[in-house]
Amino acid sequence: MKELIITSLLGISILALDIVKLRKAILPVIILGLLGTITSCILDWGHNENPFNNNMLLFDNYALGFIVILSAVTLVWFLISTDHFSGSESRTDLYALVAFSFAGAMILAAYTNMVMLFLGIEILSIPMYVLAASNKKELISNESGFKYFFLGALASSILLFGIALIYGATGSFDLPTIATAITTNGSGTILTAGLLMIIVGFAFKVSIAPFHFWAPDVYQGAPTMVTALMSTLVKGAAFAAMFKLFATAFAPTLDFTQTIFVVMSIITLLASNAMASIQANTKRLLAYSSVSHAAFMLAAVMLANTISPSVLMYYVLVYSVSSIVTFATLYHISKAQNGAEGFDAFKGLVKRNPILAGAMTLALLSMAGIPPLSGFMAKYFIIGAVIQADQIWLAVIMILSSAIGIYYYLKIIMAMFTPIENAGRIVITDLQRILFIILSIAMVALFFVAAFVK
Amino acid sequence: MMEILPNVTINHYLMLSVALFTIGAFGILFRRNAIIMFMCVELMLNAVNLTLVAFSKLWGGTDAQVFVFFIMVVAAAEVAVGLAILMMLYRNMHTTSTDVLDKLKW
Repeated sequence: MKELIITSLLGISILALDIVKLRKAILPVIILGLLGTITSCILDWGHNENPFNNNMLLFDNYALGFIVILSAVTLVWFLISTDHFSGSESRTDLYALVAFSFAGAMILAAYTNMVMLFLGIEILSIPMYVLAASNKKELISNESGFKYFFLGALASSILLFGIALIYGATGSFDLPTIATAITTNGSGTILTAGLLMIIVGFAFKVSIAPFHFWAPDVYQGAPTMVTALMSTLVKGAAFAAMFKLFATAFAPTLDFTQTIFVVMSIITLLASNAMASIQANTKRLLAYSSVSHAAFMLAAVMLANTISPSVLMYYVLVYSVSSIVTFATLYHISKAQNGAEGFDAFKGLVKRNPILAGAMTLALLSMAGIPPLSGFMAKYFIIGAVIQADQIWLAVIMILSSAIGIYYYLKIIMAMFTPIENAGRIVITDLQRILFIILSIAMVALFFVAAFVK
Repeated sequence: MMEILPNVTINHYLMLSVALFTIGAFGILFRRNAIIMFMCVELMLNAVNLTLVAFSKLWGGTDAQVFVFFIMVVAAAEVAVGLAILMMLYRNMHTTSTDVLDKLKW
């Protein structure tokens, strides 16, 4: 509970500091707040099993683990994107929105009640709609925010209707009570309808095919650093919520939902990889690659009763690290050449900024799943669990789609190593240089951390 | 009027709310005017509210009725943000039709 209070206070104090004209203090306060959250999670680790507010929130090790990962991601995001908002007059508002969005992510990791699930999703999403549209003069940013808003609202409504139907079938919003009610009453039409609507609502939120069509548009139109946040914080938190839901409340229905999840994962993998291979815009390519990673995380949710949550945590962490690096690199490259996002923009990067080129290469190879990078282990755990669950076809398609992934990631890497004439250097600050180096080391080091994943 | 009310069962409420919800969902997907799309969002959320209140009566608890208030508050917040985005779009494009949103495709 302390973590949630710290983060909410962080958001409010960012706005307060802007009012009293202490803008210089904002970044240190953000760093302190997020470090405070991480510290408080570590202090609470292992001895904080009491639910808060009549079983609304439970900060157990599952929640704390996700909160630590998501706060680390948000902290890195704040540090790496300092110059992104520096030109905007409403920079502090945007920072505060990210802090509030992060508070929503925290609720999604800790909820034990459907009401909190809904509130968490809305607190996470509503600031994101504003952030997606935050580039006010750019038409594509407007369009991105508009599409994100309407499809987000549609998804929330569908999810909400599902929650209402589940309440009708079980008479409770409490996750463990729902599980007992499903086991004793068996499944009926209302329960099945509610379950399907919740799956569709979540599929919209985490961009699983056939409900992923909004994601590439929104990811491409939003400011690049906001896209980085969408594909890490939002996706990680939504999957944390989905895993918790299917590991507790809907655990008795997993046999029924497994077929649906297998079909959805396969469609997602095929559609996203096929579309990613024909993209000419690298930001859109990365958006499709983000959709294809969602299929792997969906497979972890599908096996929620057999798999350890640490597998999903590890995947979210590994994917977030490489995703932040790719989007931050793309941001610097396209800023240096008037917003160009094609493959040509990457040409000669190895000469223009070796650190960016090195970090980007590692991140793309990690996303493709090449050892000894952490992305290999993340995919290995999921594919291993899928094979153990006797879903051989899903595992085959996962491996094939990773192979297709190598093709389109290599297109970017090849462009980076193509020499060009008279290219200017791409300048980044010292702090960013250090962060890119730390993240590159993390991508290799996490490969060995995998030994601790159960 | 009063003599019909006892014959209204939970199924009638469910049918009404499913109908409202479907109208709202199809409105969002197929209408081209952003204001009407906003109304459709509200329609969907109110369909959910109706379901919750009907089920709350069925189960005899009050928690679903409290949830309805949360949904109303969130719907207000959501529409405030949505209208701000729409205003921004209107300033740039001078229209509320979604036909102008064709910069992002494939």
